[in-house]
Amino acid sequence: MSFAWAKHYEPKTPLTKWLDEKLPLPRLVYNAVGAGYPVPRNLNYMWNFGVLAGFFLVVQIVTGVVLAMHYAANSQVAFATVEHLMRDVNWGWALRYAHANGASFFFIVVYLHIFRGLFYSSYKAPREMIWLLGVVIFLLMMATAFMGYVLPWGQMSYWGAQVITGLFSAIPLVGEPIQHWILGGFAPDNAALNRFFSLHFLLPFVIAGVVILHIWALHIPGSSNPTGVEVKSESDTVPFHPYYTAKDGFGLGVALIFFATMVFFLPNYLGHPDNYIEANPLSTPAHIVPEWYFWPFYAILRAFTGDLTIPFTGITLIPAKLLGVIAMFGSILLWFFLPWLDKSPVRSGHYRPLFNKFFWFGLIPTMAVLFYCGGAPAEEPYVMISQVATAYYFLHFLVILPIVSQIEVPKPLPFSITEAVLGTDKPGSTSGAGGIAPETVVGDLPGSTPEGTPQPAE
Amino acid sequence: MSIRLGGIIFGLAIAGILVLWSLVPGVKNYAFGPPAEVQPATVFYEHGEGPEGGYAFDGPLGRWDYAQLQRGYQVYKEVCSACHSLKFVSFRNLAQLGYTEAEVDAEAASWTVPGIDPQTGETTTRPGEPTDHFPSPYPNAIAAAAANNNAIPPDLSLITKARHGGARYVYSILTGYGEPDPALAKKVGFETPTGLYFNKHFPNVNIAMPPPLVLDGQVSYADGTKATIPQMATDVSAFLTWTAEPSLVARRQTGWFVIGFLLFATALAFLSYKQIWAGMKPKKK
Repeated sequence: MSFAWAKHYEPKTPLTKWLDEKLPLPRLVYNAVGAGYPVPRNLNYMWNFGVLAGFFLVVQIVTGVVLAMHYAANSQVAFATVEHLMRDVNWGWALRYAHANGASFFFIVVYLHIFRGLFYSSYKAPREMIWLLGVVIFLLMMATAFMGYVLPWGQMSYWGAQVITGLFSAIPLVGEPIQHWILGGFAPDNAALNRFFSLHFLLPFVIAGVVILHIWALHIPGSSNPTGVEVKSESDTVPFHPYYTAKDGFGLGVALIFFATMVFFLPNYLGHPDNYIEANPLSTPAHIVPEWYFWPFYAILRAFTGDLTIPFTGITLIPAKLLGVIAMFGSILLWFFLPWLDKSPVRSGHYRPLFNKFFWFGLIPTMAVLFYCGGAPAEEPYVMISQVATAYYFLHFLVILPIVSQIEVPKPLPFSITEAVLGTDKPGSTSGAGGIAPETVVGDLPGSTPEGTPQPAE
Repeated sequence: MSIRLGGIIFGLAIAGILVLWSLVPGVKNYAFGPPAEVQPATVFYEHGEGPEGGYAFDGPLGRWDYAQLQRGYQVYKEVCSACHSLKFVSFRNLAQLGYTEAEVDAEAASWTVPGIDPQTGETTTRPGEPTDHFPSPYPNAIAAAAANNNAIPPDLSLITKARHGGARYVYSILTGYGEPDPALAKKVGFETPTGLYFNKHFPNVNIAMPPPLVLDGQVSYADGTKATIPQMATDVSAFLTWTAEPSLVARRQTGWFVIGFLLFATALAFLSYKQIWAGMKPKKK
């Protein structure tokens, strides 16, 4: 759709001709993920994870809808209906383990998808909207996953709900009323379980809606690629089908092998044993930890141990709990500003020596440390380590990234994707050997209109 | 530009607050503050390794040992069921342990379950039927707590899934009773509180459950196996693995089939990917 040389859908049979006139659904699919969508020819395996994320969303919706047929959102019986499902429903155990581990795999592929976006600066113009919608999807996923984890009504479900809704009580003045309003009571109980079930059923379809917008926004500029150089001519692209459907098919097979290994051999490995104990408001578990995919953010939340006070006066400006909540939400919300924080005209991390160093030796170890500390008990030395890592996390995105993008001298970019793949583009079009000076490329990168710039879809 | 400036200010502020108000006091306290108290649990606790030789269901190719599960059921029935319920398991499920239909009927009838008198409508008791769940030894949680020094014996249906270590944890608890090393106990001033029992494999080493397996031969196994304490602990922990996850072995068998199919399908997908892309990439130099 987006490039002049994109193939056009031509219905061949009378049925498809008739359908194309009335409701051109095959045309839509053809242009979205068929031969009508030209995609850069140099995508590496990191570009597989978008399709995989879509796949796991579908897995979650399909398994979830069937699970809901056997589940009752009532605090008296919820735990027992889950056990009924595991023991008495044909293949119930497979469905539930697929759904529980499917959530983990959804997060794994989405984290890899975000990682790809961060390294290759997929958030930059002209793709800001794709990134912004992606952050919205991620936030919705976190809310959905949290509420889903409450539904089995085990100990971690209950105390997780207590802790997470307790975050809202940190808001000054109105915090506690808000927490009670969210829970429908003073503590998690039947009212909370019922509304979490309702929302857990609703939100995946909201996610699916935002995913459609995400893909729609993607089809306007087209996919980015590992060089970060925009598509210039037809030789830079291949049709999505069959080239990337074949590659995604292989990637899907590999992902499913890992998925099946977890579901059939280690189904409870990523879960927590306490959640096989029925919720008990009178007994607090020794360590309340969220699911693994929240650990980095949980570490940020717990990093703030001291109130912000005015020294020597004893006046508290912001209590530690509120600081932690601000930082935890801020750590994700700052992603919304990423396209404008990182102003480097070069996209790919491969051509950004300074960015590359901070990415691999700063951000990646920091995320690993936060992940580890978030799952560890709130004891020293984990608290101090997570404090250092949290400080770096904010400095990386808010201070280092803007400054690096200002002072960095990028490496020479290839002239085109074709040249990056084949070592040469059309004879005569490149003046010198190898790449051209970055300054000349810099000018026409972010969304201006050199030749081959995508036209918006009709 | 203003977004970047705002970002830099916010980033420096939050990192500064974190370092000055949280990290610095934390480090000071860690370095110069009072040392953490020594918990008796950390002195006496020993991680339990489970039975020697492991279980028949261990590993991805593991199978149930039905004779063992039946022995374990006998230990549950004769020892554990005095205090612990098994509420998510039905008598009919015992058929999976290799009992015949007649044996399941007889086994169910050997338990007394709460019922309703069909004439008067009053609550009464009756012999169990295969569709009944295992009965609870106490009418409610308050009765359970009252009879057990204020500790409620947990339901055992899911116990091996609800504890780190699973069956090995259960085995370790059953075999971990004893006395603390008197010299060491004196040194750290440790005494087992009244009403609790020392158990080196329990996380805080004081457990409310009295030792359930105290004598070799406490249970007379129908199949003639010698009922030593480790043997009974192994058998009942295996049985409780089955109660927690009756589908364990079937799940793994399905898994081998699924993964075999996926390996084949993925190999085909890889070959078609390579075929379709042939000629699109230059040969590696």
